[in-house]
Amino acid sequence: MRKLAARLYAWLDLRLNLDDLIAPLRHKTVPVHYFSFWYYLGGMTLFLFLVQIGTGILLLLYYRPSPGEAFESVQFIMTKVRFGWLIRGLHAWAANLLIFTAVLHMFSTFFLKAYRAPRELTWMSGCVSLFLFLCFGFSGYLLPWNELAFFATKVGTEMAAAVPLIGHWLLVFLRGGEEVTGATLTRFFGFHVAVLPGITLLFLAIHLGLIQRQGISVPPGMDRAMHGLAYLRKHDPEAARTWMEAAGSPEMREMRFFPNFFLRELMAWYVALGVLATLAAFDPWELGVKADAFAPTPAGIHPEWYFLAVFQSLKLLPAKLLWIEGEQFGLLVFSAAALAWLLVPFIDRNPEGRSGRILKVVGVAVVLYLTGMTVWGWLG
Amino acid sequence: METETTEHTEGSGRRRFLEVLLGSSLAASVVSVLYPILQFVLPPRAAELDADTVVAAKADELAPNSAKIFRFGNRPGILIRSADGSYRAFSATCTHLDCTVQYRKRESDIWCACHNGVYDLQGRNVSGPPPRPLEAYDVHVRGDEIVVARQQKA
Repeated sequence: MRKLAARLYAWLDLRLNLDDLIAPLRHKTVPVHYFSFWYYLGGMTLFLFLVQIGTGILLLLYYRPSPGEAFESVQFIMTKVRFGWLIRGLHAWAANLLIFTAVLHMFSTFFLKAYRAPRELTWMSGCVSLFLFLCFGFSGYLLPWNELAFFATKVGTEMAAAVPLIGHWLLVFLRGGEEVTGATLTRFFGFHVAVLPGITLLFLAIHLGLIQRQGISVPPGMDRAMHGLAYLRKHDPEAARTWMEAAGSPEMREMRFFPNFFLRELMAWYVALGVLATLAAFDPWELGVKADAFAPTPAGIHPEWYFLAVFQSLKLLPAKLLWIEGEQFGLLVFSAAALAWLLVPFIDRNPEGRSGRILKVVGVAVVLYLTGMTVWGWLG
Repeated sequence: METETTEHTEGSGRRRFLEVLLGSSLAASVVSVLYPILQFVLPPRAAELDADTVVAAKADELAPNSAKIFRFGNRPGILIRSADGSYRAFSATCTHLDCTVQYRKRESDIWCACHNGVYDLQGRNVSGPPPRPLEAYDVHVRGDEIVVARQQKA
């Protein structure tokens, strides 16, 4: 078996020069430090994304994107198809976990200041990916064509109309007409299974390519210490040795990517799979009631948890603020905040100085605000 | 940097045990992922819509020497009223390649347009590619309803 594998490898190597491809992987290292734990969140998000591709393709075998059939086909998947309840449960739960881990990953890189030069583009491509994940969530939510999804989509797309100038055009574009109808369903289906996956794969490739190219970031203080040590070793090896003995061997502060980090990463994926499978098995995703355009909106309707913070904030705003509508004002503020967040690497000119300290406080405030609003919306 | 593996020999019992343990766990994980996928991919048997009898037409619906296609479960059937006024019914699925057959008035036969297969009014394949006769159904006239029933296999 092993011999066969070796021969197969040799055969491929002769044709593809695999050794050259693998060489960087052999030398690639991952820094080890007190916060290393956070490194695994990005990998977990990637894993969950792969789960989404797999389960999504499976669901496509039975799902039918038309208002007459969508609900019934999901019902069919849930009740008739063997393991259909599991596949759909995995898809729905992984979607939620994915956004959760992506958000944690984003805040961890924010507070570890991993976005600082030269990794601005990594940060921005990550932000865009998270935005795309939210679009996935929004479009996928409608596909079972149930009551909650129908009204959530009405509300969500109605918000698009608040965009100045192109608002109405945007609404018609999203809905495929003036109202949420079968045309909307077809459209969202197309976005969900073709448009978004394409764009997202592109941004993830950029994101991962940059990480591969630049190596993994370490927190600023450690970065300086390592640079200092390298300098010291070059100019005063004796002092460097004394320092290393006192501080514990700093060479232990890296591990090889393969197999050391890779295997740990694999274990993180296993944990993610375990959590996901448990949730999907013990709390299958509900299907609800089929959408009826002429039924009244059911009481207590609210969006998925990841939209709750925005939903709750908009609910609190008065009908009219300054010279514009409250809703419009709220969306304006959120858009501006999102844009600023995207540009954080350029706003934080001095990550270890004044701007860095201010941004840390801002970051904490953002976390508290979003968490608070989400919890409030959940309870309210 | 030292590699983390310790220098046990390949055959050492403890190492072997751990390898088997790890290997079987991985195999179990792979199977528990692949099995549901395999099962999911194979579609469930479509429910035969409790179709043993069906009302195929109203009594005055068909003139002599005419026919209609009706739903029998989730497949089509063909109900024919021959020139002498008698009814007969068959599966409308051609035994060749599953096309739906039709009644030809002039020839008074059953014809499949796909590959020019012809059946006579007893459903027997008389020319063209069909390998078998059409499945015949029983026809009962109940009041003003023409009821078609699957023939009981004795």
